[in-house]
Amino acid sequence: MRYVHDLQLLVTLTHPKDDFQEELVIRPLQSGDVYASFQFRTLWETDFMKGNKVSHYRLFPKSLGQVISKFSVRELHISFTQGYWRTMQWGQPFMPSPPGAELWVWFQDSVTDVDGTWKELTNVLSGIFCASLNFIDSTNTVQPSASFKPLGIGNVTDHRFLRYATLPREIVCTENLTPWKKLLPCGSKAGLAVLMKSEKLFHSSFHSQAVHIRPVCQDSECTTTSWELRQTLNVVFDLHTSGQGKREWSLFKMFSRTLTEACPLASSSKIYIDITDNPQVSFLHNILSLKIQAVVLGDRRTFSVYDLTEANTFGSMRSLNLLIRWKSSEGDMLRPLLHAERYVAGYGLQTGEIHTLMYNYHPFRSFPILLLDSVPWYLRLYIHTLTVTSKGKDNKPSYIHYQPSKDRVRPHLLEMLVQLPPNSVTEVTVQFERALLKWTEYTPDPNHGFYVGSSVISALVPSMVAMDTNNTKERPLFSSFFPCKEESSYFVRIYTEPLLVNLPTPDFSMPYNVICLTCTVVAVGYGSLYNLLTRSFQIEEPNPRLAKRIANVIRRLRGVPPLA
Amino acid sequence: MRGQLAALSIAAVVIIIGVPLWWRTTETYRAWLPVSQIQELANLELQLSADVEVVFARGTVTPEQQKKIPLTLSQDDEHVVDEDTSLRYRYETRYRTATIMEEDALNQPTAAEADLSLHMLSESPCGSLVVYVVPESTSLLPEDVEVYIGQRRTALLRIGTQMRVGRTLDQLLDHLEPRIKKLLQLMSFSHTDITAALSDRVRLSPGNKESIADSMRAFKSSPGYEITFSLLNPDPKSHRLHWDIEGAVQTFIQPLLTKLEPLANFSIDSQILYYAMLGVNPRFDNSHNAYTLNADSLAHVINPVEARLGSNAASSNPVLNFLLYVPDANHSPLYIQDRKKQQVPSNAFHSPRWGGIMVYNVNSFYGPDVAFPVDININMAKVMGVFLAQLRLLLGVQSSTPPPGFLVAPCGSSGLADWELDRLMWSRSVENIATATTTITSLAQLLDQIGNIVINDNIAQQVSSAVTSLQLAVAELESGNLGFALQYSKEAILASERAFFDPSLLHLLYFPDDQKFAIYIPLFLPMCVPILLSLLKIASEVRQRRRDKQTKTD
Repeated sequence: MRYVHDLQLLVTLTHPKDDFQEELVIRPLQSGDVYASFQFRTLWETDFMKGNKVSHYRLFPKSLGQVISKFSVRELHISFTQGYWRTMQWGQPFMPSPPGAELWVWFQDSVTDVDGTWKELTNVLSGIFCASLNFIDSTNTVQPSASFKPLGIGNVTDHRFLRYATLPREIVCTENLTPWKKLLPCGSKAGLAVLMKSEKLFHSSFHSQAVHIRPVCQDSECTTTSWELRQTLNVVFDLHTSGQGKREWSLFKMFSRTLTEACPLASSSKIYIDITDNPQVSFLHNILSLKIQAVVLGDRRTFSVYDLTEANTFGSMRSLNLLIRWKSSEGDMLRPLLHAERYVAGYGLQTGEIHTLMYNYHPFRSFPILLLDSVPWYLRLYIHTLTVTSKGKDNKPSYIHYQPSKDRVRPHLLEMLVQLPPNSVTEVTVQFERALLKWTEYTPDPNHGFYVGSSVISALVPSMVAMDTNNTKERPLFSSFFPCKEESSYFVRIYTEPLLVNLPTPDFSMPYNVICLTCTVVAVGYGSLYNLLTRSFQIEEPNPRLAKRIANVIRRLRGVPPLA
Repeated sequence: MRGQLAALSIAAVVIIIGVPLWWRTTETYRAWLPVSQIQELANLELQLSADVEVVFARGTVTPEQQKKIPLTLSQDDEHVVDEDTSLRYRYETRYRTATIMEEDALNQPTAAEADLSLHMLSESPCGSLVVYVVPESTSLLPEDVEVYIGQRRTALLRIGTQMRVGRTLDQLLDHLEPRIKKLLQLMSFSHTDITAALSDRVRLSPGNKESIADSMRAFKSSPGYEITFSLLNPDPKSHRLHWDIEGAVQTFIQPLLTKLEPLANFSIDSQILYYAMLGVNPRFDNSHNAYTLNADSLAHVINPVEARLGSNAASSNPVLNFLLYVPDANHSPLYIQDRKKQQVPSNAFHSPRWGGIMVYNVNSFYGPDVAFPVDININMAKVMGVFLAQLRLLLGVQSSTPPPGFLVAPCGSSGLADWELDRLMWSRSVENIATATTTITSLAQLLDQIGNIVINDNIAQQVSSAVTSLQLAVAELESGNLGFALQYSKEAILASERAFFDPSLLHLLYFPDDQKFAIYIPLFLPMCVPILLSLLKIASEVRQRRRDKQTKTD
């Protein structure tokens, strides 16, 4: 009996059904800021699909598991971001996200009432993450036809089961971080999550936290599927200003904590430091680190890796505090190949124009991009004014999906597949008219303006590695003649700035004023009518005129008989 | 004259058309509610009827007596709980003699086997009972046992020693009656249970502390419960814990829940929480060479853990939490002490209407010089035994001690006898009815008091369906259909809560009448002043004319 028990134990040990990994990537940016990106991945070999009820949780958080199985979710992606990612200064982020909150969900094809489920799901998620996701309703939800494809396995591409919504106004703060940290198996008690001190994380130029759940294959043959929960946290620390211009950073300086152990539940726990631009890295104490090279977002980068599961990483001090100093800002950042921006033009409070600029910096290759725009109904787009121009010429999109809005029901959805010519700016403009809202529809502080969520640009961008013909040193000569070789292009999603649009805003004492004014007008009209109807009019003996009276007075003085 | 007529007709138009039109256009929508029926429900007269069958086995009654056995007999028992609530218990007793098949069943060697074969013969419906009166000389019951209560809805009653053949039938029945009544109170419902179930409507009279404590411990009746088992591992660096919760739930918990299916829906899940600490630091006790948690500090244990447990995201049913706490290596072993400073043998405690916590020490699984982390398999049978007992308590399955002379059969694999379920269903139906009537009457009262609340059609519909379900539940209780009564009472409670917590009931709460009038003052004042003035003028002119006429006649 004992033997059988041990055997069972052995089996469960060698084949754990779930697995947890954590990692932190630190990349010093050219602007002097430091980009820190945490990723926590929980893999769970189980089957939520086809109505299987799963109820026993180990590393996977129970609250999310319940949400997935109750609402038959196939994929769930949610992000909360404070600040805007400056692509031109910071390069491409590992995990792009728009300012505010973004949620997109693929439901399983067994769901019949997708809209109802979506509504319930947003309410439950807003409870889990302490965010105002309950403001997601049909007026800001769209079903993109091409831009958001499932990232996990599964061949459902019917976009009836997809819902996408953003809340650009959402403010992200500590109350969102705490529930996010609670989803980690080690909480913030051990491992990399120890570094997440909210007062430091929110004292930054950019903060973004996200949760991605998707089904993935366990192996290359895809015999078993498992669920992947990826929790990511991306922060850009503005160390340049806070560090008095000194270009150095350390873990302690950024997070005011140091690391002492890996999360004991993690099968891997690593720190990657991007040393591509800056090979001279100095440390507080000598720690052996591995150097690896990887192609990240089309660019070949060098990282030094610290494995926290190994005891000698922490040295004799029993704590790890990395310190990096770098020479003054020499060497320029590789400019991202794709960049986009957006603004509102026009004056007055009646009409306006949305301009979306997309830059392709690739010197000789053009590539297609998918542009997704979701505009609230109160900006009425004139779709006949839609123009796409690049290099002064009309650029005809090869695919346009447009769903007009319905007042108070659904937003505009515009999706376009546009080819960006090499080294060019493509401009998409569309005119709109501002609608008058009902007075209860205005948000608090309406004079601040109304947010319009970011446009989403998804593209397969040609790889820099392939483009860069100079950088052939590390590669064998025979492999480097033709510029296109491995990983010729990579997927990029870019979010533009959210727009802030002023709508004609009434004075909110208006209803009372209107009532008063109407009542007064009605009362005046009524009064004269009433008088006309009820008074009887008689012709009176007219009074003698003033001139005549004066004349009579003079006549009396003269002793002449007065005028009649 | 023409002017006067015009003024009068304008005044008439304003009063006949203008004011009602304004009233209609500015009033809030209030759907019709069945107020009179709700008021009837506020005055609750509950009647609980239980069917009892008394079967006389061979050798208990003589053939002459057999002919005289009354077919049915009903007994009423009335209690007035307070001015609005009264209870009436009705026991419909039917008498008959045993059939041949039943006689065969009663000839089994032991009471348990007899119980089983009687059950195989005929299954008595939910809420009813069968009492078999067996002869004095029966071998089924041990010497000192008068009454045997089986696992189902049957009981065996030994006819008294002094009751020999030859006494009159009336005396026989008189003799049986108090014991049957005692049996009924144990197996179906007792007055204390029912009054405890009414606690939502009726303030309990102080004095019977025991029943208050009992009723406070159990969860309130709800159409569904979520049961969550959490394994707390504050020290994952040293202990790698494995628990076969899936198998344990299947073996130990699921049979009970399957049995309780008619009562409520249950869903079970489990989780493992790492680095979860208790709220208090246990003290080291030198005399026991162990850490101890004393009874006073247990109240502080739960709060910090609760923050980690997480509420159930997917439903709003009440959650029963069962925590298994494995103390970290530096604080082991850990024992719970009761108020008398004695170690609690189960090393567990429960918190009323919340759940239970068990401390599971693992330090004996490894020696002092072990290399951490240690793999530990948790003995689920031991853990689930404790949790099952707590679950029974929290669900309100009372294990009241039987009076002397009564023998209760040990409950089988399901952990719950049929009559225990019936007992629970009686009190749950009454509790649901009490809660739903309170909810509905207070909602009606609220809507009556605040005239500005909009009552939408869906709320009116919910209220009506709650009222209908309540009436049906009361009627079914009266006719003794326990299963249907519970079903309707559950529907009533759902509909009444949905109506009561509907968000639309909050919308116009703060738009009182005086503001409405203030807004319309600019319209009313200039309109009404000329009308009033001309009416006054007309009145004075009429008076003047009359006076003139008088002087003229004089």
